[in-house]
Amino acid sequence: MYRYDEFDQALVTQRAKQFARQVERRLAGELTEDQFLPLRLKNGLYLQLHAYMLRINVPYGVLSSRQLRKLAHIARTYDKDYGHWTTRQNMQFNWIRLEDMPEILLELASVEMHGIQSSGNCIRNTTADEYAGVAADEVEDPRVYCEIIRQWSSLHPEFSYLPRKFKIAVTGSDNDRAAVKVHDIGLRLYRNEAGEAGFEVFVGGGLGRTPFVGESIRAFLPTRDLLSYCEAILRIYNQLGRRDNKYKARIKILVHEMGLDEFGRQVEEEWERIREGALTLPDEEIERIRTHFEPPPYESLPAESAAYLAKRTQNQDFATWADQQLADHKQPGYAIVNVSCTPIGRAPGDISSGQMEVMADLADRFSFGELRVTHNQNLVLTDVRQEDVFTLWEALISAGLATANHGLISDTICCPGLDYCSLANARSIPLAEKLSARVADTSRQQEIGEIYVNMSGCINACGHHHVGNIGIVGVDKKNSELYQLMLGGSAEADASLGKILGPGFDEDGIIDAIERIVDAYVSLREDGERFIETYRRLGPAPFKEAAYDGTTQGR
Amino acid sequence: MSQIVIANRLRDGLVVFLGNEKQWVVQVQDCSPASDETHAAELLAVAEAAEANQEIVGASLIEVEMREGVLTPIKMREAIRALGPTIRKDLGKQAGN
Ligand code: SF4
Repeated sequence: MYRYDEFDQALVTQRAKQFARQVERRLAGELTEDQFLPLRLKNGLYLQLHAYMLRINVPYGVLSSRQLRKLAHIARTYDKDYGHWTTRQNMQFNWIRLEDMPEILLELASVEMHGIQSSGNCIRNTTADEYAGVAADEVEDPRVYCEIIRQWSSLHPEFSYLPRKFKIAVTGSDNDRAAVKVHDIGLRLYRNEAGEAGFEVFVGGGLGRTPFVGESIRAFLPTRDLLSYCEAILRIYNQLGRRDNKYKARIKILVHEMGLDEFGRQVEEEWERIREGALTLPDEEIERIRTHFEPPPYESLPAESAAYLAKRTQNQDFATWADQQLADHKQPGYAIVNVSCTPIGRAPGDISSGQMEVMADLADRFSFGELRVTHNQNLVLTDVRQEDVFTLWEALISAGLATANHGLISDTICCPGLDYCSLANARSIPLAEKLSARVADTSRQQEIGEIYVNMSGCINACGHHHVGNIGIVGVDKKNSELYQLMLGGSAEADASLGKILGPGFDEDGIIDAIERIVDAYVSLREDGERFIETYRRLGPAPFKEAAYDGTTQGR
Repeated sequence: MSQIVIANRLRDGLVVFLGNEKQWVVQVQDCSPASDETHAAELLAVAEAAEANQEIVGASLIEVEMREGVLTPIKMREAIRALGPTIRKDLGKQAGN
């Protein structure tokens, strides 16, 4: 993974010290909250319902065991012994004391971490496919370009006061695991017919109050032009994006109001002006960054491990878990292992300090000391020898991390909602917990198959509800929680936005409705058809009928 | 209509309420609500002074009622602040931490 050079390190440490001084001034009463607010947001520090909340960047989801141990230490020493993985592959701590912030930031800086640009109207943490560098279906490693984007966008003077926040995602595979089409800029890395690597560039996607699927603004962008082209997009957005209304300030609104053609024309014009300038990426520079992402020293192994296969036959529980959690690795004899942080009946994405330490140890033992955080709020060990998978699984069981639900109905994406978030209208975590408890049985879940259920506690859509096959969003109706149900969303390569099915439900009502929708799907599907495919074939009608059938009426 | 003042304490962000003796308390049960607007305005004035003095952040008046003998904020959002996350009964004021 990328390691800081002396300049990166000096900068992050210096920033931590500078912010420590501002905290001191705030605590001494020398700064008012109004004066302090922009300073703390620049360091990812929010004030939420119960306490301060600190968001820490995990660049494109890549984490070392050393960093994870530090996060465990912070959770134990300064928080309430747990942290929360977010849908931007970051970590949030919910119970931070302002007076501890100076120490926390220095601790983080010591492992090359910080909260800079994890908040505010700037370019946020770039996200990527969690299988980057190891997926069997990968064309090119997106981490190289994520790191290039990270360096360019970090403390970029021109883009430190954008109309609104700005999110970029990169996928290096045609099976989009980074939801690139619902980002301000989405980059799909591929090879053209001449065999050259480049990007298809999507722009103007996003969720929130007014969701849009991003549109392709450029079919092929050579990798050398990545930064100049992104800079051109950001520059047009920064200059023309609305600043009168924060709900209309994202680039998606600008693209929508201007039209893609006119927006694209202006971007191309700006790009022509700057494309041969200082931002051009020479091959040597790309290769220099690539050296940080060299494959680990793999052993040459047979494609299939006999020991692994034997364990599968001997132990049905293991086979069930492995079927669900493993993905194909490009290196023979190795597996990608998904580790669920969304256990049955518990908050999606929460992880205790103890579990963090276990995962750090397991990463050291079995996966070259590296982990990935996924936008589904889980973890991945990318480089596990198949023959080690059984031992790994046993260790995961002892740590409560062996839930077999990757891509299944209980593996929900869920924002913190009204249990923590000051912007929330309704709680979201209890829904996730109840839904997963309702469908707990793994074989039942496997029979239902791949289905993504995403939940947000308000219209801001941190839980990506628009792109859940089943999406739920909480609204506040006369001081009681009401949930709207939407169907048909997808964050994959053929991204689509869900549509509201009808009147909302209360907490129990919505769980019942989901169960009836899933039952309807199971009875209506054709062979091998996933939920989203059945929905697209049949449209909402049969699901609507199922949802509003029975005693629990929608309201 | 009964009202109390809720805020976050500056130094640790902890949710606090303005208590009987005009001191900041961490349990909602330790304050007696204002039952009329004059009293409520008095409480808010005290809170605003504390905010200006950088002791607390984001003070506001909220409505409360007695539910089964327990003083409870009417809005769910404030009730959750007064107790802790509903999905982690082991945390927050409901758990005494
Ligand atoms: S979607 Fe709304 S409730 Fe959920 S975390 Fe985002 S702002 Fe908070």
